[in-house]
Amino acid sequence: MKNKLRLAQIAMLVITSAVSAQTVPMFRWENFTAANGLPDNHVYCVLVDGQRIWAGTDNGLGLYVKGSWKVFRPADGLAHQAVLSLALDKHTGDLWVGTMGGLSRISAGRIDTFTQLNSGLSNDVVYGVGVQGDFVWTATAAGASRLNLRTGEWALFNERNTPMFEIWTYAVTPAEDKVYYAVWGGGVLEYDQKTERWKDYNDPDGETEMVLMKDQGLIHEITTSVSYVDKILWVATYFGASRYDGRYWHNFLQKDSGLPSNFLSQIKAVDANRAWLSTDKGLAYYDGTNWAVYRPALNTHMPEMVVRDANGNVTNIPVRSAPSHNYILAVDFQGEDIWVATAHGLSHGIREKDSVVISSVVKPTK
Amino acid sequence: MGARPNHASVPTMVRLAGVFAVALLAIAAQPAPKQPSALLREPYLSPVEIAVSPDGRLLYVVCQDRDELRVIDTATGKVVKSVAVGHMPRGIAITRGGDTLYVTNAWSDNVSVIDAKSLEVVKTLPAGFEPSGAALDGTERTLYVANRLTNDVSVIDLNTGRETKRLLAGRGASYLTTSPDGKLIYCTHIYPEPRRFRDPPISEITVIDTNTQTVVERKTLSNVAGVFHTALSSDGKLGVIAQLRPKNLLPLAHVEHGWAFGDTLTLFGSDVGGWVQIPLDELDHYYALPWGVAIAPDKSKIFLTTAGSQSVTVLDVSRVLKSVRAHRRPFVNDLSASAEYVSSRIAVGHNPRGVASSPDGKRLYVANRLDDSISVIDTASESVVATLDLGGPRNIDALRRGERLFYTAEFAFQGGFGCSNCHIDSTIDGLQWDLEPDGFGKDIVDNRSLENLAGTEPFKWNGGNPDMPTECGPRTEKFFFRSQSFNQQQLTDLVTFVLSLPYRPNRYRMATGELTPAQERGKAILERTKSKGGAAIAEANQCTYCHSGPKYTNQKQLDIGSGKATDRSRVVDVPQLSNVAYSAPYLHDGSARSLEEIWTVFNPKDTHGVTNDLTKDELNDLIEYLKTL
Repeated sequence: MKNKLRLAQIAMLVITSAVSAQTVPMFRWENFTAANGLPDNHVYCVLVDGQRIWAGTDNGLGLYVKGSWKVFRPADGLAHQAVLSLALDKHTGDLWVGTMGGLSRISAGRIDTFTQLNSGLSNDVVYGVGVQGDFVWTATAAGASRLNLRTGEWALFNERNTPMFEIWTYAVTPAEDKVYYAVWGGGVLEYDQKTERWKDYNDPDGETEMVLMKDQGLIHEITTSVSYVDKILWVATYFGASRYDGRYWHNFLQKDSGLPSNFLSQIKAVDANRAWLSTDKGLAYYDGTNWAVYRPALNTHMPEMVVRDANGNVTNIPVRSAPSHNYILAVDFQGEDIWVATAHGLSHGIREKDSVVISSVVKPTK
Repeated sequence: MGARPNHASVPTMVRLAGVFAVALLAIAAQPAPKQPSALLREPYLSPVEIAVSPDGRLLYVVCQDRDELRVIDTATGKVVKSVAVGHMPRGIAITRGGDTLYVTNAWSDNVSVIDAKSLEVVKTLPAGFEPSGAALDGTERTLYVANRLTNDVSVIDLNTGRETKRLLAGRGASYLTTSPDGKLIYCTHIYPEPRRFRDPPISEITVIDTNTQTVVERKTLSNVAGVFHTALSSDGKLGVIAQLRPKNLLPLAHVEHGWAFGDTLTLFGSDVGGWVQIPLDELDHYYALPWGVAIAPDKSKIFLTTAGSQSVTVLDVSRVLKSVRAHRRPFVNDLSASAEYVSSRIAVGHNPRGVASSPDGKRLYVANRLDDSISVIDTASESVVATLDLGGPRNIDALRRGERLFYTAEFAFQGGFGCSNCHIDSTIDGLQWDLEPDGFGKDIVDNRSLENLAGTEPFKWNGGNPDMPTECGPRTEKFFFRSQSFNQQQLTDLVTFVLSLPYRPNRYRMATGELTPAQERGKAILERTKSKGGAAIAEANQCTYCHSGPKYTNQKQLDIGSGKATDRSRVVDVPQLSNVAYSAPYLHDGSARSLEEIWTVFNPKDTHGVTNDLTKDELNDLIEYLKTL
């Protein structure tokens, strides 16, 4: 009976005349909490390394392999129990772990820790970490650090040598020959590896929360995450999201998009058009036209999937599972699957064969 | 308990007489003056590693001090050719077919590729700092090189000649061996892993999967520091690792009972069923510095060079395995156990290092580094049947005599250890020691680097020894060897050698000699006379007051606030800073694990220079400059 109802509702979205159909993925969600092995329910970050899933939580780093969890904490050599960020060195397989108490490297089971006391790391609160070739970049509470793995040299970037007028860096994303920083209260910084120069992107409105000049620049200065894929820059802020193609900005707000909330913790792009957005009111997917939101319903906490098409039509898709909490902090991809870090558990979105098909009438063109 | 002098009962007059005698000896034992002929002397060869051609006809000998690979015809024992390679060659690998040789050049930071037919260097490959051991994977399309100073392994694509990645290894990555199936590479390390102050030493065996080109295991060897060659049996079921077990956490009070170093092996593999450490020493004699390892092709014997004892130890594999299975508990400290499996000790030349078996297993070749010769051992009779002269200088001068003294353990009671046990390859051991004559638990001392020492006297952590003869003279009898050590001539030779140890290439200064912007900024911080607030820094608290002169020491003893409750003296000798980046940990007792900690942890009151006004990036700049010195 439930299946029939679901198919009927999905069919409602399909318009069979001249169409350009798009699909929004559906998932079956498996959730992990401390009750079934996760080190802690508050999950800040998640990283997929093949069949190995790393989850950074408020009380330890979890590694999920072959159906069971292994936990790393300071007693095992980890810099701090609160794990804020993760990055994989794809060349070596080494994992870099940003924590509230320093930066750790896990290499074939060995854990080395770098702190502001024993190394050149700028600050022990490591919100973000990224690897690019022989460099490890970190976003810390006192600016950016770059470790040269060949020479051991630490280079620090802050208000003294970059346009970083706030030094609370929140996330770092190395991409191709650029490195992007989300600076909490300072917009976005871009480092060009070739020219070794920094460039900043800021909100043309300044720090105001009012949007006076939409689509004329970054949506807000309080940035939390940056993603750069196919030469498109995506930015998450506490007051909306932005997409920049090098020439034009397009900003997304709850009031005029399918974004469930303007409060974003992370944005992670799939390609130039598609991205996943982690908000405090659910996990959002944007395919360039349509939106989908996956969450436990805010009122009933029942599984919910909400789809919004290009015309603003909103449809509730009946689903039987949802991410473990609506407060989404980060995601990572495992093929067609997705792993989601939330404020109360880690969720594995297993891609269903069914998709929601959304079609729009295409007006004839002359 | 053996007889040991009761120091407290020695009459004062006798002690004064002793001090006077030491002073006289110190004067007499000043290093031999450098003569023009000495400066122009023909360098020794110093063979350090050997490879054998697959047909057994040729030996390829890495000659460290001549920057050469010497090729020897095993039938005639004659040198066929000398191939010039890079500076300070240290390791060698050969393809299965024997057509190509790879020689690592430790002080050129590269690898010479030698065509075995033409015996010409055909290519030079990049590597990390101080490339040492080399090994090929099963496909022979990838070369792995252990880099001693960057603590990693270079992965070099032999098709492109490019170093594709560096794999994190342990500290002092040095020797590699490939499993017979080519799937795994094992890396050993001459230095222990950095640990908390006074934690027991551990050393890592890094295991690399050649298919994924990633590290898949890091085996920790407990209570081990100073790990050298490793070898695997032809069936891959038995692995052997040569290693030291230092007893540095104990006061050096029971040297005469083996409480200084254990010369040991780690065995691993399915034959053993795990990782097992076994002793090599005997109850009344030691076989110092186990270095090179070879396993007979039929796995009947293990051959081990003991670099400090001028010998090769032969172990019977079946007896070793029987012994391992019979002992239910760890027996690595049971010095009676070696009698169960050591079949012979074969005397060879000075400082034997690399060892290689002929393909048929009938002959064993041993590189006598300080004799410029190769010992040829008949493996059946376990005896030396020939000694091949590599053609080095005939004259054995003061430097070479001194170097032999430095590397031998024969002066210590029962041959326990020599200078090079702690100063591995004339460097450091990364350990902190508790020397008994200072009192149990008193004056914990870090091992200081020996490079570029001339002109930096006095010595000892508190500057207590005015010159090198005092440092190396009768003091060694009392503090270390528990046995009468060097005579006057020997002391002179030893001091001459120690003071000749060169400044290793500094990798942090650009080839042009210029400084990077960060290093320039760091130099300005080192040389500043005012704090950032504009206040004058007292002259005695300026960095360049103490760290002045060509070697960055004013040769004085000062209280910089680093003293510990266990130290009997508040003052410390100002250390030289040559290649300071290589010699962690720091401070007189090794309590600072990194250069940063010298100031972030151990300088809260600005007594070791004014540094608390520096920002983190300024401190980083200072360190970047220090690394160039």
